Amino acid sequence: MTSQNDLNAQVATTRVKRGMADMLKGGVIMDVVNAEQARIAEDAGAVAVMALERVPADIRAQGGVARMSDPDMIDEIISAVSIPVMAKARIGHFVEAQVIESLGVDFIDESEVLTPADFTHHIDKWNFKTPFVCGATNLGEALRRINEGAAMIRSKGEAGTGDVSNATTHIRTITSEIRKLSSMRPDELYVAAKELQAPYDLVVEVARTGSLPVVLFTAGGIATPADAAMMMQLGADGVFVGSGIFKSGDPKSRAEAIVQATMNFDNPDEVAKASRGLGEAMVGINVADIPVPHRLAERGW
Amino acid sequence: MSSSPTIGVLAIQGDVREHSKRLAESGAVVRAVKLHSDLAGISGLVIPGGESTTMSILAERNHLLEPLRELSKEIPMYGSCAGLIMLADVVTDGRVDQPTIGGLHITAQRNAFGRQRDSFEIDLDIAALGSPAFHAIFIRAPLVTRVSPAVQVLATIREPVAFGDTHSHDERVVAVRQGNLLATSFHPELTSDLRFHQYFVEMVRSA
Repeated sequence: MTSQNDLNAQVATTRVKRGMADMLKGGVIMDVVNAEQARIAEDAGAVAVMALERVPADIRAQGGVARMSDPDMIDEIISAVSIPVMAKARIGHFVEAQVIESLGVDFIDESEVLTPADFTHHIDKWNFKTPFVCGATNLGEALRRINEGAAMIRSKGEAGTGDVSNATTHIRTITSEIRKLSSMRPDELYVAAKELQAPYDLVVEVARTGSLPVVLFTAGGIATPADAAMMMQLGADGVFVGSGIFKSGDPKSRAEAIVQATMNFDNPDEVAKASRGLGEAMVGINVADIPVPHRLAERGW
Repeated sequence: MSSSPTIGVLAIQGDVREHSKRLAESGAVVRAVKLHSDLAGISGLVIPGGESTTMSILAERNHLLEPLRELSKEIPMYGSCAGLIMLADVVTDGRVDQPTIGGLHITAQRNAFGRQRDSFEIDLDIAALGSPAFHAIFIRAPLVTRVSPAVQVLATIREPVAFGDTHSHDERVVAVRQGNLLATSFHPELTSDLRFHQYFVEMVRSA
């Protein structure tokens, strides 16, 4: 809608894409499958909602190919809330991403939770005006996604399980690899880049600044206020909660509690207060009980 | 007022870190504000960019709105983007029940430039800051669609196409000051240009 040629304005620059992610910091992004859930999420204090057809727990239970959501459903969610709306495209499925962009979605998640469409290439995200978030299990993967144009990274957990252990492993891996780079001599960064399988320039930038050049959230298996607060204490800028809310006994209270705990992550009294009287958490599956080929976090290359 | 005033940054969510850094670089002592008790002893407050819906819901749930309303009559406050919405008396195109701190006699139209794909950056001439032009970053930004006579307009943007609720070639307002209250549609904290933060720290010093 804006044509700013007369104004010397630059639309959809890297800075406005990464800046959009900055505005989400300290917040909770919730998976929703319809307008009613989106409203519950917004009322609870979510900073954004992720529109998808089935939450990861159902994708896991029902099997089959998981794809981009129906545009009607995405439209309905966009009109139901005032907060930003995100939607998922399959890894490598650039046409799903084009469709999502055309709907006016604010952020595209190139997500391993859906069935990958390309086992070699991810989407060339520089070609889009809409910013992208991508998952990563380690620093090399995060930097490869940033190199392809991702404006935000979320460390992966094992989605749809309610088991936070994988999310813990991956946020710890990414942050400790960043700390390791920061302690290196400049002449050690060439080999570091080779070992991370990541572009040298990005490796140098991370080593110099001690952080990723984009916002780092965490996702996958977060089911309780304490889970969310732990991710924040481990260095996440915010959290994604998928099945953990709408697969629990009392979604409204749990959504509010996770938001409170994320905001007050460093205040155990507040996290304790948020943890009271929430009813049943989602039942959960131990990641160790899932056969390796069925693990979602391992998708991405 | 001391030369290094203590300035709070409302730390519910958003780009708290960037504002804190810019304020510190501008000579302030910075305190993150999450609880009512964090408000004691600050001489100014920044309400950062973020999601205004989230900020207003959580400010209310955490019993911060009323204290912030009281405090806005006493100390300087500066809001960027979502912060501008939080300080506005009237908000349009938001949730009908979106409570704000208010105090700034303006109407703010949310997401006035479109959705995220329409976000942009641009150089603005801002007389109060002198030259050169200020590089302004607009992200799902609000516009100020009405100002009362008490409000001083600091910056405008010229828009030849459809901006906000009307078709016009008007200058649209994107930065305002009214006494102790300062607000911008854009995000000075995302650039390394300190002039806006220095301007605010000066407001706090001379308050």
